[in-house]
Amino acid sequence: MLLTSVPAMMEWGLHGEPLRRGRALRWRLAALMVFLLLWSVAGGLVQLTRPFNPLFLPAPWVVVGALTELATKGQLWPHVVATLERVAIGFATAAALAVALGLLAGQLRPVRNIVEPVVELLRPIPPLAVLPMFIVWVGIGEASKVGFITYATFFPMFVTTVHGVAQLDARLLRAAQSLGAGPRALFFRVILPAALPDILTGLRLGVALAFFVIVISEFVGAERGLGYLINDGRNFFLVPQMLGAAVMLGLLGYAGNGAVRLLERRVLRWQHPE
Amino acid sequence: MSRARAVALIGVLVAWALVSYGNVALELMNPVLLPTPGQVAAVLADTVADGTLVRHVGTSLGRVAVGFGIAAAAALSLGILAAMCVPLRLTVEPIIEFVRPIPPLAFLPMFLVWFGLGEASKIAFIGYTTFFPMFIAIAAAVLRVDVPLLRAAASLGAGRLDLIARVIVPAALPGIIVALRLGFALALFVIVGAEFMGADAGLGHLIMEGRTFFVPAQIVMGALVLALLGSLVNALLLAAERRLFRWREAAATS
Amino acid sequence: MTMTIQVRGLSRVFAGAGGSTPALLDVDLDVAEREFVCILGPSGCGKSTLLNLVAGFLRPSAGEVRVNGRRVTGPGADRGVVFQEYVLFPWLTVAGNVEFGLRLSGAAAAERRGTVARYLELVGLAAHAAKYPVQLSGGMKQRVAIARALANNPSIILMDEPFGALDAQTREVLQDELGRIQRVEHKTVLFVTHSIREAVYLADRVVVMTSAPGRIKQIVSIKLPEVRDRFAPEFTQYESEITRTVKEEVAKVHE
Repeated sequence: MLLTSVPAMMEWGLHGEPLRRGRALRWRLAALMVFLLLWSVAGGLVQLTRPFNPLFLPAPWVVVGALTELATKGQLWPHVVATLERVAIGFATAAALAVALGLLAGQLRPVRNIVEPVVELLRPIPPLAVLPMFIVWVGIGEASKVGFITYATFFPMFVTTVHGVAQLDARLLRAAQSLGAGPRALFFRVILPAALPDILTGLRLGVALAFFVIVISEFVGAERGLGYLINDGRNFFLVPQMLGAAVMLGLLGYAGNGAVRLLERRVLRWQHPE
Repeated sequence: MSRARAVALIGVLVAWALVSYGNVALELMNPVLLPTPGQVAAVLADTVADGTLVRHVGTSLGRVAVGFGIAAAAALSLGILAAMCVPLRLTVEPIIEFVRPIPPLAFLPMFLVWFGLGEASKIAFIGYTTFFPMFIAIAAAVLRVDVPLLRAAASLGAGRLDLIARVIVPAALPGIIVALRLGFALALFVIVGAEFMGADAGLGHLIMEGRTFFVPAQIVMGALVLALLGSLVNALLLAAERRLFRWREAAATS
Repeated sequence: MTMTIQVRGLSRVFAGAGGSTPALLDVDLDVAEREFVCILGPSGCGKSTLLNLVAGFLRPSAGEVRVNGRRVTGPGADRGVVFQEYVLFPWLTVAGNVEFGLRLSGAAAAERRGTVARYLELVGLAAHAAKYPVQLSGGMKQRVAIARALANNPSIILMDEPFGALDAQTREVLQDELGRIQRVEHKTVLFVTHSIREAVYLADRVVVMTSAPGRIKQIVSIKLPEVRDRFAPEFTQYESEITRTVKEEVAKVHE
């Protein structure tokens, strides 16, 4: 049957027999094609039969068309750049602060003992709930958006950095000390490399979170940005535009995640030598 | 509450009081911008007294509950199925990889267009947002079941149905519950944002009102109520988890 | 006479990144009823693979395994297994684990209770019936695993380095226990180990295997009394003989 058989479970678990690389790839591609096909068919049918305004369920080519139209009119890239700028600056600031403070706090037990319970206390407050506060304080300009991203992404990256330092095997430190390492060497050659996997995971989370929250801050009081494009489309039911901008956002997020993963691969080469 | 937490709580409250009352005394910043604990407490008391807080909290929770409920049911059935059916998994994976990087909030305006400004759009949005992470996590939890467990059961006479009911489900259950708990937390995280626009009820709306009518104390109150709500629900779910999985205590290894 | 276990021309190949590796090549073996056979060899000689094939967890690349005349196509309640990592069901109590197979076969509650009590008594864990695996030591967990396998009344017990994860003292205690249990239960046992001492202590016959590809090098019959003295000269003699045979193979692995 379609479910993994018992003999296969015995040998490989629920995963089933590992498919040869080519086969899995081909299936995935086929699935993607079928998905796009079904979407196109649905969109086409809607356009023909018109059970509702076809703008509500645009076929893929309509979405692509809307995007290209915006691009040629020079109305796409300024928004993409605006979003990217805000995310980049906000995230970079938060990352620098989180890693620096995290490394510090992680090593000093007394600092950690103060900071950790406070962070645990403030963690349940969803950053989104604080967004209006930012707007009240700093208005609806760039500063409030960038500041909000910094605020929202700081805590998770800070926590993972502290954790990366705290979970360090003390024996590594002892081994280094008995090989003659002083405090400076200990930090740069033991603590930092050992905490790096957690720090990088935190950065990846931060990037995802940055894109997660930028949208909402661009809905509320913005004149540029992909989020603005999406919300603006609401006025005239420009769903193709909304979908297209959302997909663009997804691509940016994917690229950001990929960039950190690439960094991870190079910096953490010792984790997977092949 | 642990001692460290209690101390932190007092510390934060004291710091907050110092900064906000100090601001009033020294007239550094418009005192409205830095609400004092007293002001926040006042807004809280008002909204509790006239019943609006309960109403808004109820609305938000209701939307979360229904949206999450539907998403959880779907994620459970499809997740377990996908874990045990390779063709389904391979089919669904690329679609998920395609949709996953798109921030769910980016779809909020579309949901408003599709479903209007009523409850349906919020519920559908919560459902959409929580479905994918839960589906992925549940499928992963089922796939993670140790092969030796399956082998042990088979050598005791278990057939496929027995394996599913008596080994796979109990073994994957902790992971599944964690997935549901995280999904619920995500729902609470996102509902606020969803209620910022196109809503006239709910905690998110209440918080946004604080901005519209320039009453920052209301924003702070709303955020704190939300935080309290989230912590409570999380604590309840964790307690339930611990009771259900008593056999896991001290087993941080296996 | 039909042998309880009949292995004929058994081969198993694993597909790896750099091509396929023959873990087991052309193995023939007969095990009679109530025999205790140890499979001994260095790492990588395919002994666990052989056991997994008899258990039905893996399918052969060539050849076949027959148990009681019937071809093995998958796992079954006629072949109980005891694993090195115990593999107890963590969400069940000790009693729940031991009665697992009985529940599957639909035994009545009273009958189950009786059987569970009997086997827990046999392995000396009657007082711990309500505990969870997480609360037990390694030695205790393995005893539960043995009780679980026995309670299901299989005709064969397959054991894959069951005492490998335990410390030396507990190991010897459990070896004694297993010897005692076998004198009561008289099961057909296939026992994988890399300890020569353990093999000589427990086995009626010791199958010494070569390293990759896995083949049977020699089969030694152990003619010692049922209750064995580890320090008797005859015991030591068997140990030396087998050690010499195995050492040749270990040298090959390290080449």
